[in-house]
Amino acid sequence: MSIISLKAIEKYYGDYHALKGIDCEIAEGEFFSLLGPSGCGKTTLLRVIAGFEDVSSGTVVIGGQNMAGVPANKRPTNMVFQSYAIFPHLSVAENVGYGLRRARLPRAELAEKVNGALKMVGLEGFGGRASHALSGGQRQRVALARALILEPKVLLLDEPLSALDKKMREQMQTELRRLQRQVGITFILVTHDQEEALIMSDRIAVMFEGEIAQLAAPQELYRRPLTRRVGEFIGVMNFLDARQVDTGISQVRFDVDGLGEVEIKPEQLPKGARSFYSVVGLRPEALSIVYDGSPKSAVPGKVVDLSYYGDMTYYEVQLEGTSSPVTISMKNLTSRPVLERGAETQVTWDAGSLVVFAS
Amino acid sequence: MKGGWLRIYAIGYLVFLYLPVVLLPMFAFNEGTVIAFPLKGFTTEWFVQLAGIEALHGALLNSVFIALVTASLSVIFGICAARASTRFRFPFKGPIMGAIMVPLVLPEIIVAVSLLVVVVQVLDLPLSAWTVIAGHTLICTPFAIAILSSAFQGLDQSLEEAAVDLGETRWGAFKNIILPLVSPGIVASFLICFTISLDEFIIAFFLTGAEPTLPVYIWSQLRFPTKIPAVMALGTLMLVASLIILSVAEYYRRRGVERVGGKDSGGFL
Amino acid sequence: MGVRTIATRLDSDAKRGLLLVSPTAVYVLLLLAAPLAAVVTFSFWTQDFLTIDRSFTLDNYREAFTDPLYRVLMIRSLVISGIVTVVTVVLAFPIAYFVSFYVPPERKALWIFLITIPFWTSYLLRVFLWKVILGFNGVLNSGLISLGLIDEPITFILYNANAVVITLAHAFAPFTILPIYVALEKIDRSLLEASRDLGENRVTTFFRVTLPLAMPGVIAATLIVFIPTIGDYVTPRLVGGPNGLMIANMIQTQFLKLNNAPMGATLAVLAMCAVTAISLIFVLMNRRYLR
Repeated sequence: MSIISLKAIEKYYGDYHALKGIDCEIAEGEFFSLLGPSGCGKTTLLRVIAGFEDVSSGTVVIGGQNMAGVPANKRPTNMVFQSYAIFPHLSVAENVGYGLRRARLPRAELAEKVNGALKMVGLEGFGGRASHALSGGQRQRVALARALILEPKVLLLDEPLSALDKKMREQMQTELRRLQRQVGITFILVTHDQEEALIMSDRIAVMFEGEIAQLAAPQELYRRPLTRRVGEFIGVMNFLDARQVDTGISQVRFDVDGLGEVEIKPEQLPKGARSFYSVVGLRPEALSIVYDGSPKSAVPGKVVDLSYYGDMTYYEVQLEGTSSPVTISMKNLTSRPVLERGAETQVTWDAGSLVVFAS
Repeated sequence: MKGGWLRIYAIGYLVFLYLPVVLLPMFAFNEGTVIAFPLKGFTTEWFVQLAGIEALHGALLNSVFIALVTASLSVIFGICAARASTRFRFPFKGPIMGAIMVPLVLPEIIVAVSLLVVVVQVLDLPLSAWTVIAGHTLICTPFAIAILSSAFQGLDQSLEEAAVDLGETRWGAFKNIILPLVSPGIVASFLICFTISLDEFIIAFFLTGAEPTLPVYIWSQLRFPTKIPAVMALGTLMLVASLIILSVAEYYRRRGVERVGGKDSGGFL
Repeated sequence: MGVRTIATRLDSDAKRGLLLVSPTAVYVLLLLAAPLAAVVTFSFWTQDFLTIDRSFTLDNYREAFTDPLYRVLMIRSLVISGIVTVVTVVLAFPIAYFVSFYVPPERKALWIFLITIPFWTSYLLRVFLWKVILGFNGVLNSGLISLGLIDEPITFILYNANAVVITLAHAFAPFTILPIYVALEKIDRSLLEASRDLGENRVTTFFRVTLPLAMPGVIAATLIVFIPTIGDYVTPRLVGGPNGLMIANMIQTQFLKLNNAPMGATLAVLAMCAVTAISLIFVLMNRRYLR
């Protein structure tokens, strides 16, 4: 059952078309991410859901109720802002209890709720602190507690981790996930960091220029990007030009630049219109350097550059018949010495991991 | 020592700035009736004399009334304009805000003369404390806007949205979040406007009615050499009052900067 | 339909802003724009004692341009204002530079506060006290005589234009120091290091980097001094003597003593035009610094 459904959302700022016909259903209890480069409309869409921006046309339905004309303060959503927006003149407890003021709870009950919320985000005993003395991670937790205490149907998070350093960010990613499972409400996360989206989300909507380019679970998004642009945005992808050679019942044969003839299953092909000329996408791990044995299909290549990451090595390998080198990732095992720049080698691939894009 | 010559110059410049200010109390406590060196003995007679001048008390009350009303009006106008310009985008924003700030760079005599023409010649109204208030509000409002704009500007817009998100109405968010956060700026701008109005002479001289303001009263006394020691005493008291008011204003301004977590860049304007 | 929804949306935000700014804007419109229009209108009328002749005439302007008295006053006002401006800005720049570059950050606010304090002494009394300082047996002369530097009081510093310049340079000091200081504070210090790194010395760095970047502040300071100075009648009256009087004194006299509001209005309009024209020329000449 979907908690939010967006139908044909259009949003203009003057002449600028910020959202172009967004249709989307978000399920109850899921961790949903809006992912895209800056200016793609993801934050605008989040603010449309929160009620900070009106739509030019289209409907927003939250929990079965049409939100047209419902202001932000009456919506069953709460938000964690990019700057966290912690009220600097109020204490931590006053910040967290801010939204409960209208409920006019007895003092003891209010304090209990605030303590409960602080405990949930790991800030037990911080209630009396002045809010401007908090660290970045602590501010983030206060913002979370302040929003979650109201038990919203949906929690909206606007790039909540972008202000934190790398270590803190990784810690908060796990913690947000844990928190979401614990409270069981829908989280909608806006982020420009594809890795963050992959780690945290149940489903991801990738947005470019005001449109949803692909909406899928992380694995599918990574394995089967619908367009070349999505493939490029999520992780690393090599692109090779290809020509269709022959169509069979259970497979299609392509002549791929640098690799030669490759057999491809129908589910690897793009939906809808196809053409003779295509582009084939390969993740760095779908290619590998041959250390031992002689695989059925392998082509020669030359290492032009490499980056050593400790656990992995990323090679730039020039294949014959291609204009630019391909990126290949290899796990570093003791039986596989790291190749040197200029080394001649053999490259093989996993045909099932190829993705064909309409050219 | 860093900046050796510049430091000497700076100290010389401060002497130049403080020369008249230092002389003021010196003559106020000087026994001699002529304002010149060498000084005679120490006396508080001139301060005692001030207590007995009826006209002075009237002028003082009149000026304080004018300054209070001026400061209140300027701050209200200032809040409206500063909030509008920092929060909203609207057509003709540049020209409108520019026009509002014009009195800051207009020769004061022009403001005085144009209001005089309208009040006396066009509307045929009597000059009174209210005509002075009208003129003072005009020149004080830009100062209030300058101070309040920086207070509003320092605010993260998300704060207001967060309050609305947590259930407040627009007005509630303004009242409970924005106003408390800019209140130091409001106090500071009120005090600055109060002080400017209290000391303003050029406009007041044109627009004041039968009841003079304090500066207009002082102007009338400067012509009589025998009255001058008392005027010096009065000036000393006004200086002390101004310094107290400004210290309070500076205190509030700094507290405001701290409150929104900003860094102090120092000083008014 | 699309276009209409866009239009109404634009309005809702704009409406709020306009509504909020309107009290202030209306106040300025009623109490500044309308009165200024009235002054301009008056300048085309004439007055005979208490009755105003409302027929349109250029007589006032003709008189203002032909009567040598007005012309002398106007030129003198502009010259004195110009000198005051140059002196004030030149004297103030090193102070702003000193506070911005040599005072440790935690003491900057204190210095700025120190500079602004004298400004809050009663304006009239400050001017009066300059008269005491510069007078025949004033502070300066008695000081210099007791030090043996001069035998007789020097007289060229009171009741003339010099006294007006000194007094106004003092009165406008904080107004000039603050904008220059703010502009200097905004300069990224690494730019100066970059210039040194690229081979310039301290002096050439100052002229090639610091000064051009501080120009917006210098321009603001110049206008802030020049424009209001034209409208001051207190300083010329108290310390200027007969040869130090300025156009504002004449405007005041026309309005309050001679009961010739139209002539006063004409002079006010002319003064305003002259100041505006000079300011605009000045800003245009320096527009490359204001990008």
